[in-house]
Amino acid sequence: MATLESKIPQGPLADKWTKHKNDIDLVNPANKRNIDVIVVGTGLAGGSAAATLAELGYNVKTFCYQDSPRRAHSIAAQGGINAAKNYQGDGDSVYRLFYDTVKGGDYRAREANVYRLAEVSANIIDQCVAQGVPFAREYGGLLDNRSFGGVLVSRTFYAKGQTGQQLLLGAYSAMNRQINRGKIKAYNRHEMLDLVLVDGKARGIIARDLVTGEIERHSAHAVVIASGGYGNVFFLSTNAMGSNVTAAWKIHKKGAHFANPCFTQIHPTCIPVSGDHQSKLTLMSESLRNDGRIWVPKKLEDAKAVREGKLKPTAIPEEDRDYYLERRYPSFGNLVPRDVASRAAKERCDAGYGVNATGEAVFLDFDAAIMRYGREKAITSGMKNASDAEVRKLGEEIIESKYGNLFQMYEKIVDENPYKTPMMIYPAVHYTMGGIWVDYNLMTTIPGCYAAGEANFSDHGANRLGASALMQGLADGYFVLPYTIGDYLSDDIRTGPISTDLPEFEKAEKNIKEQINSLINNNGTNSVDYYHKKLGKIMWNKCGMARNEQGLKEAMEEIRALREDFYKNVRVPGDENGKNSELEKALRVADFLELGELFAKDALHRNESCGGHFREEYQTEEGEALRDDENFKYVAAWEYKGEPKDAVLHKEDLVYENIELKTRSYK
Amino acid sequence: MKLKLKIWRQKNADSAGKIVDYDINNVSPDMSFLEMLDVLNEDLIAKGDDPVEFDHDCREGICGACSLQINGEPHGPDRGVTTCQLHMRKFKDGDTIYIEPFRAKAFPVVKDLIVDRSAFDRIQQAGGYISVNTSGNTIDANAIPINKHDADKAFDAATCIGCGACVAACKNASAMLFTSAKVSQFSLLPQGKVEATERVMNMVKQMDLEGFGNCTNTGACEVECPKGISLENIARLNREYLSASVKG
Ligand SMILES: Cc1cc2nc3c(=O)[nH]c(=O)nc-3n(C[C@H](O)[C@H](O)[C@H](O)COP(=O)(O)OP(=O)(O)OC[C@H]3O[C@@H](n4cnc5c(N)ncnc54)[C@H](O)[C@@H]3O)c2cc1C
Ligand code: SF4
Ligand code: FES
Repeated sequence: MATLESKIPQGPLADKWTKHKNDIDLVNPANKRNIDVIVVGTGLAGGSAAATLAELGYNVKTFCYQDSPRRAHSIAAQGGINAAKNYQGDGDSVYRLFYDTVKGGDYRAREANVYRLAEVSANIIDQCVAQGVPFAREYGGLLDNRSFGGVLVSRTFYAKGQTGQQLLLGAYSAMNRQINRGKIKAYNRHEMLDLVLVDGKARGIIARDLVTGEIERHSAHAVVIASGGYGNVFFLSTNAMGSNVTAAWKIHKKGAHFANPCFTQIHPTCIPVSGDHQSKLTLMSESLRNDGRIWVPKKLEDAKAVREGKLKPTAIPEEDRDYYLERRYPSFGNLVPRDVASRAAKERCDAGYGVNATGEAVFLDFDAAIMRYGREKAITSGMKNASDAEVRKLGEEIIESKYGNLFQMYEKIVDENPYKTPMMIYPAVHYTMGGIWVDYNLMTTIPGCYAAGEANFSDHGANRLGASALMQGLADGYFVLPYTIGDYLSDDIRTGPISTDLPEFEKAEKNIKEQINSLINNNGTNSVDYYHKKLGKIMWNKCGMARNEQGLKEAMEEIRALREDFYKNVRVPGDENGKNSELEKALRVADFLELGELFAKDALHRNESCGGHFREEYQTEEGEALRDDENFKYVAAWEYKGEPKDAVLHKEDLVYENIELKTRSYK
Repeated sequence: MKLKLKIWRQKNADSAGKIVDYDINNVSPDMSFLEMLDVLNEDLIAKGDDPVEFDHDCREGICGACSLQINGEPHGPDRGVTTCQLHMRKFKDGDTIYIEPFRAKAFPVVKDLIVDRSAFDRIQQAGGYISVNTSGNTIDANAIPINKHDADKAFDAATCIGCGACVAACKNASAMLFTSAKVSQFSLLPQGKVEATERVMNMVKQMDLEGFGNCTNTGACEVECPKGISLENIARLNREYLSASVKG
């Protein structure tokens, strides 16, 4: 397994996907009936893949840890989904979406994959509308768009602040149709705990029924991992409580290379941490940056007074406010990409301008937008002499129609009215660009094992643009994987059903049972959360928004020590038969404790700053990221060798034939 | 804050359950209700007891996993929120809080506060979709303009998170609000009209098979629904069902 074969088709960029689709082997419909595919995950990637695979005729089994596929974490996506439709006529195109994504990713993504993503994006919207996804519309009845960070066109389709929910319900309804036809069998409240290889090929999984506690064997001709991202390695993140790396990590341990684990997105607009009891962080959609202006006080003494509750933000005059993004990046302003916005917030707070009790918050202010919209509305509704109060009321109504549910969410959590006083926000861990390495066909380095959605590393390089994860999940699931998998499965038409009595299944099952037994009988003193929180602290302080060599070395040591302590002293109450949430958490945290170390190792080896990966040693005089294309223009794919620290690096060189590498500038 | 908790404990679907008392100190008003339960569970684990099992995932009011009957109300005393969005500032120092699972014949208890809501999945499998192939051969999305008013109404219905509070709030344990939201989302859109007749018949049939009760228009569901799903949807379902029965 020495070289990484990306299997990028030959030919001009714009023809690659079409040509590839024509070249790959197909499985005829009668034979598809004899082929089983396991899909782990029912988010946008897994749900859409399962639906299309079933529709094509394969027998599909889906797995998710929630009680229903509809609750996968994709449900929480708020802001929108990109597509190169150019409905606004503002100069958008497949090329521009491709270009923005590669540039936004700081030139660390694979050209051919990104181009394909941009190419199929328009079709996603057609598909979803046909399924009845109620996107936002204009009065004329056509679809509405908004813009997101890092781009200059309006290409984001949305359903208020619940875009992920609506898209996932669309994929779930497509799954339901196939469940009703008997083509999908859904195993909900089931957690995949290992991959089973037979003759070097992925042939099944071991899963735990989370209600009965039973360990089950499931076989198939191919296995698709669509288990989402691993942001919860930081303990606090915007991910759902159960989001985990287990499925991805288990296939890594069985031979799938893990790519760029240190590429993590810290999202600039989240509700700040309020105390030690905090269990998760809440995102305030990036779409808010379309209308909100980000600022901190210009004067240190004002910032201090705000922190102490002695000064109201609304009492600070315009000239004493520092709209630092508008100041530093005049051409993109509040709409710079996420990594840039997050670092800028950290810079101001580190310098002492933070505005909440912990000093780790900045303002996101809608006052200007409320008045601007209000004035427009007053004019169009013929109110010539509207008073300020009337204008404000009209403006608030418009803001409510755009972001109502987000404002409500904020108010419920923080107990402040964001229509009247600016929101407070701070960066939080949100998304992982890194993930399982896949080739152009989305196959991992294990034959027959595929990875889709946030679980793979493929399309976002070192930083993902807003509204592009939903696009990627659905592109992978509806339009890419169901075809590319045929190329592999065409060899399996005569294989027949895979028996779960094979010794490989037996052995995998035995290992899992032993692991569970030893956790349950450990009788330690510390809870699972105790370890998860400690790991999160190490990650946030040493592998977070800014990293340096010394910190990363310490992180590797500390995580290893913490892992050893975990196995000695963790306490998992209850038993293995039946619902046991602590056991579920323990199995997940055990894997985070390994991934964390590889994460730090990856960050340590990458001696450059790019996208979400900011190494303090590598920055310009103005504090911008300093990329090193000569030495690091590659994907770092790690091969498992026992201990995370011993992982072996494989490099996939990134070749840019259609885009000129430039220093990313949003000034 | 100090609180007295009275929590339903039940080992599994087959065993009997009972209310158990717990005292909890050091509750901060900024905690969410589920974070308060996290603190309780950490205490229980430290003491060697089994923690309380409850469903949750997103903790931001969108996945629909969390449930809980709190002092007799699904998702607790606040309006327009799920349990995970409920904050302890809604309670007072010294309060006693009853915490029970959602109660309905169609939602059997799995363990402690967790119930089985798979009946909702089966209702949707019976017809909660538009039969369109997902392999991409569809017409341009803007080829069918949709009146903004209808699109917005369909969206409002589609925001149901499938939590089951409507069932838990209803004295008949009826699933009408949920089912009608699903039916409405599709029937308000031109794409969904083609199959409207079979959809409503099949979904209502499945709803009855699952053992949900009849709707007697008490309106309790709308009051407790965290997403503000409107009773209008039930009226729409009834109209559709009637005209489908006439056709059918
Ligand atoms: C709060 C929030 C807002 C966001 N907003 C946007 C946005 O506006 N636009 C955008 O483009 N992106 C957004 N994102 C990112 C985007 O939502 C995710 O990247 C995307 O939805 C991931 O989809 P997925 O299908 O890969 O994984 P998920 O939706 O996370 O699904 C993972 C699935 O895997 C299952 N699973 C996991 N582990 C196991 C296991 N061991 N065994 C069995 N099953 C398992 C889970 O049950 C689940 O079904 C947002 C993310 C967050 C957190
Ligand atoms: S209608 Fe309301 S209460 Fe009922 S399941 Fe949907 S969101 Fe929950
Ligand atoms: S945990 Fe998701 S809605 Fe409450």
